[in-house]
Amino acid sequence: MTTLGALLLRDVRLSVRIGGGALMGVLFFLIVVTLVPLAAGPDLALLARIGPAILWLGALLASLLTLDRLLAADHDDGSLDLVLMGRAPLELAVATKALAHWLTTGLPLVIAAPVLGLFLNLSPTAIGAVMLTLLVGTPALTATGLIGAALAVALRRGGLLLPVLVLPLTVPVLVFGVASANAAVVGPVPFGTPFTILCAVTLVSLVVGPFAAAAALRHGME
Amino acid sequence: MPLIDLANPTRFLSLSGRLLPWLAAATAVAFAVGSVYVAGAPDDYQQGATAKIMFIHVPNAWLAMFVWAVMSAAALGTLVWRHPLADVAAKAAAPLGAAFTFLALVTGSLWGRPMWGTYWVWDARLTSVLVLFIMYLGLIALWRTVEDPARAGRAAAILTLVGAINLPIIKFSVDWWNTLHQPASVFRAGGPTMSASFLIPLLVMALAFTLLFVTLHLAAMRNEILRRRVRTLQMMQAQAAVGA
Repeated sequence: MTTLGALLLRDVRLSVRIGGGALMGVLFFLIVVTLVPLAAGPDLALLARIGPAILWLGALLASLLTLDRLLAADHDDGSLDLVLMGRAPLELAVATKALAHWLTTGLPLVIAAPVLGLFLNLSPTAIGAVMLTLLVGTPALTATGLIGAALAVALRRGGLLLPVLVLPLTVPVLVFGVASANAAVVGPVPFGTPFTILCAVTLVSLVVGPFAAAAALRHGME
Repeated sequence: MPLIDLANPTRFLSLSGRLLPWLAAATAVAFAVGSVYVAGAPDDYQQGATAKIMFIHVPNAWLAMFVWAVMSAAALGTLVWRHPLADVAAKAAAPLGAAFTFLALVTGSLWGRPMWGTYWVWDARLTSVLVLFIMYLGLIALWRTVEDPARAGRAAAILTLVGAINLPIIKFSVDWWNTLHQPASVFRAGGPTMSASFLIPLLVMALAFTLLFVTLHLAAMRNEILRRRVRTLQMMQAQAAVGA
């Protein structure tokens, strides 16, 4: 088993165990999707119109709030130092940790989206569009969050610093994700236009995220 | 004197101390000249005298982006060349950039109310500048959260470089999206579309605001160097007290 494969397996196993918090993201997603109709009123037409936005915001917040699980726990028990000193390139190692995080946090959100879409009276087209855009967008959310997690890794009383740093960087993902989901439902813009830009944003973040996070870890650990 | 001598904080303090009065005087003169030009500029045929908010709004907006570019250069100095004063420059520039961004947003909003009928609209230019403002505040928050100034400097440098992606987005937002905001009128292929009677006062005011930034930046850098010296002295004093 390669180093990176072992790291991936370890992270996935740890997160599905008790205290790992893997499916907490989905639960939070459900709570957010419940809260919005309680606040905005039960008008189904309104909910159908803002449904993609609610699902996207819920996924964004759920990804954000599970980010501290990404690096902080490993920093506390010293295994992050082992990763830093290990043979695998640090960029690939943090990318592997991000992949494990996405598999246990982001992917469950994508799978839960159709059920929650029913709560919001979304049409099957809309549900399909939201699922597809979330599938492409949640890796970008994880990769961007990786940067913030690496910058804030050693801070104990970081508080809201991590969301404050990460959320402005996720604005393009959110904008194009909701735009493509809405384009599939109402148009007039064809679905492909914002969707390909979303794919581009994801690809860029998949490269920039691990490099920036590795640089942050190296400089922060000195 | 070779450029490397500027990296020495003591040398920098003495040099900037000599330069600062001249820079402050130049700033005052530039603002005075700019005010004369602004007063002499004709009223816009549609907007009347309200169009003259432009002479404050546009330089502030330019500086908002320029300061982030300066911080990005300082970030490269920290990470790549390990320049001793680079993180001092970055830390001093962040609140100034945030102030310029805030002023750009406020003056633009006050201009928008009579012109567009609304204080705010969620178009690409305004939204991306608002995100820039939030990123400035996040950067300041990061500076204040990490205790060791050197570590804070490196973390802030990485965040600055990652956030620099927002600058081309802001610049080209009026080209890429249908926006309510005015499209590019000065920095565009094909030259400015403004007449000289408006362009000259605008450039003079932009120069004045840039000189203001340079003056305040140097002063803030001096303060930051002195602040770090005080911190070091306090730590040495605490150590001596423990050892005694």
